[in-house]
Amino acid sequence: MKLITAIIREVQLDKVREALIEADIKRITVSRVSGHGQQRIEEMYRGQIIVPDLIPKIKIEIGVNDAFVDITVETILKSARSNGAGSVGDGKIFITPLEECIRIRTGERGGTAI
Amino acid sequence: MRISGKRYLLLFLLLLFSSSGLFASDGTAIDTGATAWMLTSTALVLLMIPGLAMFYGGLVRSKNVLGTIMHSFVAMGIISVLWVILGYSMCFGKSVLGGWFGWNSDYFFLKGIDTNILDAGIPEYVFTMFQGKFAIITPALIAGAFAERVSFKAYCFFIAIWSLLVYNPLCHWVWASDGFLFHLGAKGAIDFAGGTVVHISAGVSGLVAALFLGSRRGYPYQVIRPNNLVITMLGAGLLWVGWFGFNAGSSISSGLSTAQALTATQVAAAAGALSWIVIESIHQGKATALGFASGILAGLVAVTPAAGVVQPYGAMILGILASFICYSAIQVKNRLGYDDSLDAFGIHGVGGIVGALLLTFFIRPSWMHEAVTAAGGKWTIWNQLGVQALAVTIAIVYAAVMTFIIIYILNKFIKFKSSEVDEMAGLDRSYHGERGYGMLNPS
Repeated sequence: MKLITAIIREVQLDKVREALIEADIKRITVSRVSGHGQQRIEEMYRGQIIVPDLIPKIKIEIGVNDAFVDITVETILKSARSNGAGSVGDGKIFITPLEECIRIRTGERGGTAI
Repeated sequence: MRISGKRYLLLFLLLLFSSSGLFASDGTAIDTGATAWMLTSTALVLLMIPGLAMFYGGLVRSKNVLGTIMHSFVAMGIISVLWVILGYSMCFGKSVLGGWFGWNSDYFFLKGIDTNILDAGIPEYVFTMFQGKFAIITPALIAGAFAERVSFKAYCFFIAIWSLLVYNPLCHWVWASDGFLFHLGAKGAIDFAGGTVVHISAGVSGLVAALFLGSRRGYPYQVIRPNNLVITMLGAGLLWVGWFGFNAGSSISSGLSTAQALTATQVAAAAGALSWIVIESIHQGKATALGFASGILAGLVAVTPAAGVVQPYGAMILGILASFICYSAIQVKNRLGYDDSLDAFGIHGVGGIVGALLLTFFIRPSWMHEAVTAAGGKWTIWNQLGVQALAVTIAIVYAAVMTFIIIYILNKFIKFKSSEVDEMAGLDRSYHGERGYGMLNPS
């Protein structure tokens, strides 16, 4: 089992969600986060250009069985790229080993609980 | 020394004011009571526009909150300017072009009314500004029908043209002393504070625009949830308060008819709100805050044309019926699947029609007596219902046809609907480069 964490652009959330649902990956956690990577943006505040230290992003977390890792990653890669070809600021995907997964309702553990 | 200095100043001010009072242009004295109330009403009606901004703003998704609020705010800018230049003249000038709208060169830039006092005893400036607020809120109401998916630029041009070609002529027909609906039947079509001019025209135009533009991305399968019902409730509250200016101010006086309109307004809003949550509780099992707010609006919209002619029991029945019919209209919308996003038609269009037609059955006897005298002996509620129905039909047809033409032509020059990318990113980011809730994240 793996935990897939993707940091994506806010704008791409709809596209990524739709693509994931299309690929039959429906169990997902989404949160608003701020962070800083390579991207640098400029915003206007009362006519003055400002460069925020932290840029708002969306974090998606999906726990999957090993067989689903590739398809999930592929789907996110395809749908999270802006302007088709991709540009700085599109985000990152982290994959971490998942030690255990427990469904609270039944107490079942492991792959079937995902 | 200081005290006597102040006294001189007071004396000077007193002289200044009394002399300006003496030199009123046409000899009509200012009725300070009426003027004070009309000034208050003008401010109250303006308060409805930020109220509407909050009401609509809370109902959209967080990425569209500023864009939606700006739809109301920008109307305060665009329509106010147009109103001073030519809107007032088109509404309240003498009929031209066969009565299509009015014109009076004295009203162009309001340059000829600097010292005018109306017969009602209020400066014409006050009346102008009061009516101007109605012109602002009407196009702002339309924005609810196509929320979350229009280009800001196209919207700005749309409300400017719509105000000139739809609002101003309708206002002239219904409220100007030489408008043709003002003289329909025995005592005119009854539209006390804007059931046809404001709510039916805005609601119907919104429906046409929503159908023309098509739905939002993902509607109705994706859940599109309100971002902040708290500001929606605050907005509904401000609208209720502001509506006292809207309705009671429409008496253009400070007297008995003002009090009658004020009472009818309160009764209808309360009855509407209560019935909505009762209907909802029976139908869906819970009384929602948004339902209460919708009921307030349905009641207020329905009593708008009626406030001058109905007694409290009539206002109460109108409020109840309006909630029932608007609630049903929204269920029908959900079945049909068109995307009138914030129910501009479902509440303002339908509520306005309900009020304008059904008010006929609750007209106070004194009004009917006057109508009978004016008609020369015979005038029944069925005669009046015919007049009301004709006025409503004219408003619906005119608003629908003109709105379609305006959008159709405008769309050739500026794409009215947001591009898919802009819509997904949200109006705030795409058209304003800002975010409503940036403070929720560290930045």
